[in-house]
Amino acid sequence: MPKGKLTFDYEHCKGCGLCVTFCPVHILYQDKNAMNSQGYNLIRITDEDKCIACATCALMCPDSIITVEVRK
Amino acid sequence: MEIKYQKSKGLTDKPLSYCPGCTHGIIHKLVAESLEELGVLDHTVGVASVGCSVFSYEFFNCDMIQCPHGRAAAVATGIKRTHPEDIVFTYQGDGDLASIGIAETIHAANRGENITIIFVNNAVYGMTGGQMAPTSLIGQKTTTSPMGRDAHMHGNPIHISEMFSQIEGVSYLERCSVHNPRQVRNAKNAIKKAFSYQKEGRGFTMIEILSTCPVNWGKTPQDALKWVEDEMTKVFPLKVFKDAGVESHE
Amino acid sequence: MANKVLMKGNEAIALAAVKGGVEAYFGYPITPQNEVSEYLSKYMFEQGRVFLQAESEVAAINMVYGAAASGKRVMTSSSSPGIALKQEGISYLAGSELPAVIVSVMRGGPGLGGIQPSQADYYQATRGGGNGDYHTIVFAPESIQETVDVMKESFDIADYYRNPVMILVDGLIGQMMEAVDFNKPTTKRFLPPKDWAAGGMNTHNGRNTVCSLYLDPYELERHNLKLQKKYQAAIQNETRFELVNMDDPDYVIVAYGTMARVVRSAIEILAKKKLNVGMIRPISVWPFPKAPFKNISRNCKGILVCEMSLGQMVDDVRIVNNGALPVSFFGRAGGIVPEPEEVVEAIMHFESRRVD
Repeated sequence: MPKGKLTFDYEHCKGCGLCVTFCPVHILYQDKNAMNSQGYNLIRITDEDKCIACATCALMCPDSIITVEVRK
Repeated sequence: MEIKYQKSKGLTDKPLSYCPGCTHGIIHKLVAESLEELGVLDHTVGVASVGCSVFSYEFFNCDMIQCPHGRAAAVATGIKRTHPEDIVFTYQGDGDLASIGIAETIHAANRGENITIIFVNNAVYGMTGGQMAPTSLIGQKTTTSPMGRDAHMHGNPIHISEMFSQIEGVSYLERCSVHNPRQVRNAKNAIKKAFSYQKEGRGFTMIEILSTCPVNWGKTPQDALKWVEDEMTKVFPLKVFKDAGVESHE
Repeated sequence: MANKVLMKGNEAIALAAVKGGVEAYFGYPITPQNEVSEYLSKYMFEQGRVFLQAESEVAAINMVYGAAASGKRVMTSSSSPGIALKQEGISYLAGSELPAVIVSVMRGGPGLGGIQPSQADYYQATRGGGNGDYHTIVFAPESIQETVDVMKESFDIADYYRNPVMILVDGLIGQMMEAVDFNKPTTKRFLPPKDWAAGGMNTHNGRNTVCSLYLDPYELERHNLKLQKKYQAAIQNETRFELVNMDDPDYVIVAYGTMARVVRSAIEILAKKKLNVGMIRPISVWPFPKAPFKNISRNCKGILVCEMSLGQMVDDVRIVNNGALPVSFFGRAGGIVPEPEEVVEAIMHFESRRVD
């Protein structure tokens, strides 16, 4: 099973949470005590090892915040 | 490491102006990715209509022309007729296309203009603060139908794709949605197919995409997607309305 | 001997446009200008240029907008109610700094009105029916020859200023036939390449956008002031008029287009009545010619403004005259072309009223 590596363009995230909602392995969450300059909570990963690089988070992100790379 | 997904080169660096969770953003990506993958960005001209997506003239990484409310299909006709080698598309909301611009859109389709229309249907006028649109559902409360849309007073939601499926000049017509990953992938295929048909000179293509307006619907982005799935798709069924071509393409 | 062609006004306008290098025409049927589209529908096809009859004047002006924004020489033609429908588009052309030529063949109004020649759209043309502080450069020729000459030049003028240009004629000029020389030389202008045009990134470097949206009021004001500079330049360079018998006139008549031709005959009749009457004939009605009013001779007894309307250009005359001389008005509405004798009578009335 491929492993994924996520990079977030935090500054332009609007905290809509669609990535969190649609991640099939539910490893994303909104960090209540970390915000970008616009006041939106940052997206964090609970356990990157569980990431299967399906890129659904990036697919559903309206603002192209997430880059997904496949770790061999 | 191999990149599985990244921001499309069909988008500029300008951050999108849309509200958090608004699916305009997703649809923009699908259009941008399609143009990028078809390798046509250097000879594409986009027409930004008036509505929330008026700012798309700053977001798509190709030449963009901002036009008067409702007139995108006519402006696109003027561009395509004088630049037949260019890929020309419009990006319009339901107020722009289904209300003030319906005549221009019908006649562009009827002439079989070789352009692609991206029609974003979110059942309200977003930019102006959530007024009733021709595609608002019966009973849908908006700032100009506070008691809910009433068929006797306001008529029924207008079915654009169904209407346009009757027009010969149309070569590809599909109604899609982006309310979950599967629908997003399907919408991408539809949009890319529409642009491919344009590249092949097959004539008018239009993709209607059900979209959300969390702020004006008074819903979270997630509930808004649910509302599209549960309510909008009942009134606006998702299907291919017309596909003139059968041969395969790349 | 110039080789002249006997031709109907509307068709001469169409051929002149082709000679002016028009690349695309978008129009819609409306009397009394239909022959412009009909002629071009054949000619443009033969020339491999773009012709399209739109579904409405609103669609037509927006097709013009698209072709202009992507860098092509483009025109449309219509009449009064049709020009009314195009006003928003014309405002967008000005706001987005796009060159285009709009031919307006005036007919009686308001509303559906009639189809006879009229000048009741002077305000519509010169005050601009669209929104915002903008101007359309408007020429009002009086003959088919003059219409052809200014039509040929109009695309260069539009390109030079990156602004809409209007050719304002009336149904009579559109419908009558006159002998026309299509090969009179026109002034050549240096026109920079259209590197701003949004015709696809492979035709220029960088990414071009054409837009009239400025949400920041300071930016929009800067944009407006930039447009005003262009209009000042147009006032300097594009103001055109003709003076007739203006050495030492007892009265001055101000008239343009078809009305001016009627006034020419009236001047001859008045001369026999020992009344020396001159004429200021604006050829550009925006910019309105101010200079000739400054040097009207001392003993001129008054200015009579004649229009085929109930008085619109008279406002501009009053503004420029600024109370220096008495101003009076004569006009017919509904599409009636006045007789010279009516103009003579108006002058005689002016004379009698002044004496008692």
